[in-house]
Amino acid sequence: MLATPPVIEKTKIAVKDLNFFYGKFHALKGINLEIPEKKVTAFIGPSGCGKSTLLRIFNRMFELYPEQRAEGQILLDGEDLLTSKEDVALLRAKVGMVFQKPTPFPMSIYDNIAFGVKLFENLNATDMEERVEWALRKSALWTEVKDKLHQSGSSLSGGQQQRLCIARGIAIKPEVLLLDEPCSALDPISTAKVEELIVELKEDYTVVIVTHNMQQAARCSDYTAYMYLGDLVEFGATEQMFFKPTRKETEDYITGRFG
Amino acid sequence: MMSPEVRAARAAKFAQRNVVNKIATALALSAMAFGLFWLFWILFETVRQGIGGLTLATLTQMTPGPNEEGGLANAIYGSLLMVALATFVGTPVGVMAGIYLAEFEPKGWLANVTRFVNDILLSAPSIVIGLFVYAVVVHPTHTFSALAGVLALALIVIPVVIRTTENMLQLVPPGLREAAYALGAPKWKVILSITLKAARTGVITGILLAVARISGETAPLLFTALSNQFWTSSLGQPMASLPVTIFKFAMSPYENWQKLAWAGVFLITLAVLGLNILARVLTRSKH
Repeated sequence: MLATPPVIEKTKIAVKDLNFFYGKFHALKGINLEIPEKKVTAFIGPSGCGKSTLLRIFNRMFELYPEQRAEGQILLDGEDLLTSKEDVALLRAKVGMVFQKPTPFPMSIYDNIAFGVKLFENLNATDMEERVEWALRKSALWTEVKDKLHQSGSSLSGGQQQRLCIARGIAIKPEVLLLDEPCSALDPISTAKVEELIVELKEDYTVVIVTHNMQQAARCSDYTAYMYLGDLVEFGATEQMFFKPTRKETEDYITGRFG
Repeated sequence: MMSPEVRAARAAKFAQRNVVNKIATALALSAMAFGLFWLFWILFETVRQGIGGLTLATLTQMTPGPNEEGGLANAIYGSLLMVALATFVGTPVGVMAGIYLAEFEPKGWLANVTRFVNDILLSAPSIVIGLFVYAVVVHPTHTFSALAGVLALALIVIPVVIRTTENMLQLVPPGLREAAYALGAPKWKVILSITLKAARTGVITGILLAVARISGETAPLLFTALSNQFWTSSLGQPMASLPVTIFKFAMSPYENWQKLAWAGVFLITLAVLGLNILARVLTRSKH
């Protein structure tokens, strides 16, 4: 099913005729989608509709599992990342990801952030300190952790851990940030902080967020894609999607009659 | 409101459940008491008899002849040396094989075969391993040697370390690996800096338990390192160890040997207890 692409500024990621398989199960069916640069795009839809699956193709995360397979094209700045000869590590440096559950590494807060940076850059101690501070400020965590940078990352609260993961992701200066239900394990206050952060992040990054929370999509996204059973049902500006969706299915889901 | 009949039926049911509960608890407690009784008896006897034979001379003098003055110094040294070397040889092999099983193709045929063989090795009686090393090392070289002893002990360490390393790595949440890959980390880096680090206390605990296991093994040393009445540091010669010395001395009719055997038992028990406590402390401080 083809959704009408909205009028957008500049496309960062273009998905073309994308099909995805878990073994024999056809999980994504002919997806076409254009994700605009420096905007927040939300994927919504009931569980199992394929929204996380789609997100995990953008950084080729699915390749960790040999039974998973993608067909079609995903153009990142015009270049197909599925067939690219470039090392997958370099793609992941450009396309960062934050997961549903906070995953602090078993090391200090400082090293959690330095870990990714060290993979791609040789910074001296001063520059590294600056980078860590920059990432922590950017993710609104600096004031809470600046006095305990050398404590374990897992000593933080769930909400702080998730912001640490976001800081870790942006510290390597990606262009795209993928967020896979980043708030589903967080309390309302932490959720509000992360949402504020998402809105700020789009100044510099293209953000794609998968969420189960309709209000969250409405609050912090510019564009919304509604997916159902592996199909992209409708894609458009968030305002339009929530106030006058063109398709009946979208309206049913958004108004809570279904899902 | 609940009707009186329903209430009475529930009360009867509950009373019955209470009785069953009490019987089950009593059975479980007596099973525990039965087990602990023997354990404490063994410990008590070990301490009572062992402390009597333990003097400074036990730690500083060589194993004596019948009815002579002496100690266990060469046996203690031999045990420490062989256990340390076996751990040193067995640990890297075990940890690397464990990493292979958990991180590289955990479902491949090679991993399945390795796992199966490892399980057999894990449950193989240690005397079988002793005889094996006797056949492949001692017999061709025409001499019992500490090296053969080290090899036999290492063969016991390896499967234990493989199993615990694999299990501990499997406990690391997959999300942690994915998060590291998502940053663009290469596989070796993810394994060394993230998964192995997250599992390190468990892996170290496994190594400590393997050390505890081999420090009391007699059968594999009986066929390999045998024993030596004198001090030796040469790996090419027979070497004394605590378990074999205990075996030899405890079976003898000489009273001073029997006393030393008890002292040796006490020392091994103490060392194994210490290792187990250390393993406990390590796991607790993490979780």
